[in-house]
Amino acid sequence: MASLDIQGVTKAFGATNVLHGIDLAVADGEMVVIVGASGCGKSTLLRIVAGLETPSSGRVLIEGRDVTPLEPADRDIAMVFQTYALYPHMSVFDNMAYGLKIRGLPKAEIRARVEEAAALLSIGQLLDRKPRQLSGGQRQRVAMGRAIVRHPKLFLFDEPLSNLDAKLRVQMRAEIRRLQKRLSVTSLFVTHDQVEAMTLGDRLVVMHEGRAAQVGTPMEVWSRPADTYVASFIGSPAMNFLPATLTEGGAAARLGGGAVWRFADGARPGGEGRAVTLGIRPEHLLPDGADGLPLGVELAEPLGSETVVHGRLPDGTALTARLPGGVPGEGLRVAPDLAALHVFDGEGGKRLDPA
Amino acid sequence: MRKKVIFRGAALPYLLLMPQMAVTLVFFFWPAGMAVWQSTLRQDAFGLRTEFVAFENFLDLFHDPIYLNAAWNTVIFASSVAALALGAALFLAVQADKQIRGAGVYKTLLIWPYAVAPALAAVLWLFIFHPSIGLVGRGFGALGIEWDYRVNGGQAMAMVIIAAAWKQVSYNFIFFLAGLQSIPSSVLEAAAIDGARPMRRFWTVVFPLLSPTAFFLLVVNLVYAFFDTFGIIHALTRGGPGNATETLIYKVYVDGVQNLNLGSSAAQSVILMIIVIALTAIQFRFIERRVHY
Amino acid sequence: MSGAAIDVEALAAASRRRRARERMLTHLALVLGVAVFALPIWITIVGSTHDTDTIGRGDVPLLPGGEALHNYTTAWFQGGGGRNTFAVPASTMLLNSLVMALLIACGKIAISLLSAFAVVFFSFPLRMVFFWMIFITLMLPVEVRIIPTFQVMTDLSLIDSMTGLTLPLIASATATLLFRQFFLTIPDEYVEAAKVDGAGPLRFLKDVVLPLSVTNIAALFVILFIYGWNQYLWPLLMVSNRDLETIIVGLTKMIGIGDTQNEWNLIMATAVFALLPPVAVVVLLQRWFIKGLTETEK
Repeated sequence: MASLDIQGVTKAFGATNVLHGIDLAVADGEMVVIVGASGCGKSTLLRIVAGLETPSSGRVLIEGRDVTPLEPADRDIAMVFQTYALYPHMSVFDNMAYGLKIRGLPKAEIRARVEEAAALLSIGQLLDRKPRQLSGGQRQRVAMGRAIVRHPKLFLFDEPLSNLDAKLRVQMRAEIRRLQKRLSVTSLFVTHDQVEAMTLGDRLVVMHEGRAAQVGTPMEVWSRPADTYVASFIGSPAMNFLPATLTEGGAAARLGGGAVWRFADGARPGGEGRAVTLGIRPEHLLPDGADGLPLGVELAEPLGSETVVHGRLPDGTALTARLPGGVPGEGLRVAPDLAALHVFDGEGGKRLDPA
Repeated sequence: MRKKVIFRGAALPYLLLMPQMAVTLVFFFWPAGMAVWQSTLRQDAFGLRTEFVAFENFLDLFHDPIYLNAAWNTVIFASSVAALALGAALFLAVQADKQIRGAGVYKTLLIWPYAVAPALAAVLWLFIFHPSIGLVGRGFGALGIEWDYRVNGGQAMAMVIIAAAWKQVSYNFIFFLAGLQSIPSSVLEAAAIDGARPMRRFWTVVFPLLSPTAFFLLVVNLVYAFFDTFGIIHALTRGGPGNATETLIYKVYVDGVQNLNLGSSAAQSVILMIIVIALTAIQFRFIERRVHY
Repeated sequence: MSGAAIDVEALAAASRRRRARERMLTHLALVLGVAVFALPIWITIVGSTHDTDTIGRGDVPLLPGGEALHNYTTAWFQGGGGRNTFAVPASTMLLNSLVMALLIACGKIAISLLSAFAVVFFSFPLRMVFFWMIFITLMLPVEVRIIPTFQVMTDLSLIDSMTGLTLPLIASATATLLFRQFFLTIPDEYVEAAKVDGAGPLRFLKDVVLPLSVTNIAALFVILFIYGWNQYLWPLLMVSNRDLETIIVGLTKMIGIGDTQNEWNLIMATAVFALLPPVAVVVLLQRWFIKGLTETEK
């Protein structure tokens, strides 16, 4: 167990910059999830922490010690791979014991540790099997077990759930979280799945094009996204974005169609006429027969207790709303919950908070 | 395994099979059968009388010091060729599998000797080892080593082994490289994270995962050394000096074609057939086992 | 604190150095490997550009000389080999080798394709017997049945003919097994579609199976061409008429027992001729070659 510090890490493959300078501090026992679309550099970052890639610049510190020049073997970390990467020619027991044997632990202790981990993961009855005789979920557990027995300073997870079917994924997700809490090992978890990120992480790092777009707790990231990318990436269905300009000295915004939405939390800087992007999540749009904007419904997806409505405003802007109840009738009007309105800079998309 | 959906036709399938079966029957089964039959016969010195002697030809062979010498030569030759060709190929494949610049060029430059005929390989090495015109041959002479493979049996054996192994390395190299590339990189990374240093990683992870390939290649190399190296020996040493490089296959040729001892040659053919059958059987048994990895 | 930072810099530098050294060693090993493979060829090519006396004297040249044109034209048009009176021009031997290799490769592909097609897409009595008979030929290489095969050839008067040189070699268990494997992967739906469309088996073979097999045929061709080109024992036995001499056998006959009086420069030029076609095939068709090699051994 240890803290992890990533300081100014960059990585370039030839002329391509994959990471543009990542800073991240992970506290002892914390689980941080790195989430982002494929190609955002999240796996590269994880592999740099593991020592499988060398950063172009910057440092990685584990427990305050600079490990940047060290081989993976010398970092005292464990990693769970997307493909599990079990040794196909070894039994489950030998797979889990391999790292301990290399470290020269006594046989009895190796056995004790493997059996303990196997019991924890309920794979005790599989110890004599070869990986090819296991199901996907069982292999996943063995990969976890191989990491656990080592009692490493750091757990690294590289999309470990993406090869499982949906049901197993949810189950293993909960199990990983429970184990991590119980063992309280500092962990870095990489995924492209925002639901996984929200449910697993103490904190999230949302990565976008080689940069950390936002670092924060799941609720922070969800309720105060740092920019339009984060806002659109986290949450489902995705947030609606409406182009607008500031008016009333920054206290309100005028939409393209002429409607004016007044901010509930104070005026934005920049003054009259500044271009902004308003963000509103589909669940924060409410049916409002009187003041709402008319929404031309193009598709309604009834989910039982609620209905997701895809439509267009009179000026052609696409809008998705998640409304309680069944499919709405003709002449639907929707209005935003102004307390849940997000304001972003019209250029660059950074979040604009009240001055 | 077979198809569920098939064509109907009474004569057509036989017609399609006919060319293959005709060649097979006339040039494979008929001669093989004759070999078995002749191995039980013996002709007198003038080829006038032939008598049935059952297994006597075989018994004679097992008591013939020249035959036993050829068998021993074959063992030395085949095991040396296999060890040399496999070892060199594995080493080169491991190097070429690393992420280095120019890996593709190295690969091309290492596989072309596959195309060289065994007899031609022998000729190329003759240009190097010939005591009076060869680079290395003369070099040995200059160093005061008495080098003449035409006189010294051990040197002759070393030379045919080198020529035979040299030609086989590229074949093994291709298969070892394919085997190495089929090992998922994540497994090696997992081993690195588990703390295994490169050497340990090689012996505990890479080599075991490569062992099916290695075993398969061992059989192929033995078959090659037993049966495909006639040209090397014929072009380089003619089995000599004395009988120093006479292998089983070369002796079949000598006894059959030069000495015209048909009974003995046929008996030797039958023994060789049994060896090929055994090796092929081992290989196919093992291929069934191999699918698991 | 600053001391620790310097320590890390040193460590990082050491690790960079170690990696650079490892890379160097890898390159060194590969260059050595390549050199060992290339050395005999280099010596041969160099030798083929000098005159007889230079080599005969035993002055092993390491750099090319000026006799290349003379040696290669002599070898091509007249042949040579010192005291061997029956010199055969390399052009004749190359042509013979080429015809033999092409006949063997194409013959093997043709008859294997047909028999695999019959075995996979038809059901008929004795199907498996035929299959096993083809399979067993794997275990009967020419080398182990030399004499009786020779007798068969004599009885059929096929000695000293191109037919005798190639026909017995065109049976192929390996090619049949490969085609069978591949045909088994052709989905049943294709056969059903063909039947629905009213296409007979031969039409199916021509319109569906052949086009799908092109890459397999190409890969197999590379392997079998080399197999044919490199034949040694069989032509040695079959051919006494030197007009039918193939280049590999002809070359070794030029050397005889390795006499110093040989015209080594012509021998080396002929060796280069013998080497060129199959090596060119492997290098230029590398992709097919590797595919052919790894798949026929499955």
